[in-house]
Amino acid sequence: MQIDITVNGTAQSHDVEARTLLVHYLRDAVGLTGTNVGCDTTSCGACTVLLNGQSVKSCTVLAAQVAGEEVITIEGLAGPDGKMGPVQQSFQDCHGLQCGYCTPGMVMAITSLLAENSDPTEQDVRIGLEGNLCRCTGYHNIVEAALAASRVPEMRQ
Amino acid sequence: MIPAPFDYVRASSLDEAIRLLGEHGDDAKLLAGGHSLLPLMKMRLAQPALLVDIGPLRELSYVKDEDGYVAIGALTCHHDIATSPAALDGAPALAHVAGQIGDPQVRHRGTIGGSIAHGDPASDLPAVVLALGGTLVAQGPHGRREIDAKDFFLSFFEVALAPDELLVEVRVPRAPGSQWGFEKLTKRAADWAIVGAVAVRKPDGVGVGLVNMGPVPLRSTAVEAAVASGANAAQAAELAAEGTEPSADFNGSVAYREHVARVLVRRALERAGV
Repeated sequence: MQIDITVNGTAQSHDVEARTLLVHYLRDAVGLTGTNVGCDTTSCGACTVLLNGQSVKSCTVLAAQVAGEEVITIEGLAGPDGKMGPVQQSFQDCHGLQCGYCTPGMVMAITSLLAENSDPTEQDVRIGLEGNLCRCTGYHNIVEAALAASRVPEMRQ
Repeated sequence: MIPAPFDYVRASSLDEAIRLLGEHGDDAKLLAGGHSLLPLMKMRLAQPALLVDIGPLRELSYVKDEDGYVAIGALTCHHDIATSPAALDGAPALAHVAGQIGDPQVRHRGTIGGSIAHGDPASDLPAVVLALGGTLVAQGPHGRREIDAKDFFLSFFEVALAPDELLVEVRVPRAPGSQWGFEKLTKRAADWAIVGAVAVRKPDGVGVGLVNMGPVPLRSTAVEAAVASGANAAQAAELAAEGTEPSADFNGSVAYREHVARVLVRRALERAGV
């Protein structure tokens, strides 16, 4: 079936099977491999993307379900000049990653969290990241990165 | 993991969805947020021939303050219920429980209608709708009918919807300012409850619902009756395992679940001011 989705502001149109998961659509049809497949069972959050601005796990969404909608992936956060977005920059500044596998999903989940709550407490961030697993960091610097991003003026608009 | 092949139709209206269900019977499944169905399909535990996607029917996504009750459209996602002023005011226990399901990503996609129509005894929402004395509105080819929540859950993953009916609305009596408690035991943050309990104080008594204590979501009539006859929280909670049929699994034995139910019901009752 033919599916039209706006991905990172660009209209995409691909002929895919109805059973194609959004994460595979993004990686294999659109060619954006920043979104990782982790557990593939709605648990780990590595595949988190924004659907109409809200975080979703793209391993548990059919591409067909979001036809006509707007998806943002990790590739969509940097500016046109390649300058990292505030959450990405905070991850670098706070050393919020080690192996990096969970990082795209973490960044997207935090982007969604800050859109809903621009001034979160540490507890808000930890609860807001319940859907994202990291097996390296112990989360400390990920939480720091989220809080640092929340203090960036452009995230408070 | 990739689901087995299926045909996919995006319903453009409620009538079209009902017609397709009537034509295809058990071969068809409704798809809303997909957070119960798609994992089953990926595991190949479900292989429907046809998916009828009702996700685009946005007119079924709402929380409304009606005369005496709060009406929630079946396609309202958990996040929207948890943050809805009408739900927070008129059905605060329901709003709270909706905000405790899974994780934020799950709450952005999962819907109340899907959660209830799925009939999973380990889901949180059926127990709170039971405790609140809610009503479920089904629509089929011959119009709408109301089903009392206590008559809705028939057996393991089986509910009182006909094959050509779909759940369109969930209604719970308005209870602004009511006291309530919700307790669930999980090993990890976003897990299903090993056991859950909800207690809600209403004008006509206390409603108590149990999560994952049998093949269907349960209302604990024994505890409710004890509270009505003057028992305190600790006394009433001793009856929490009565009428339950919990299963044993790697999370715990039957005796463990019965013990946890008594503890959680006591805490929920205490929070509800009993």
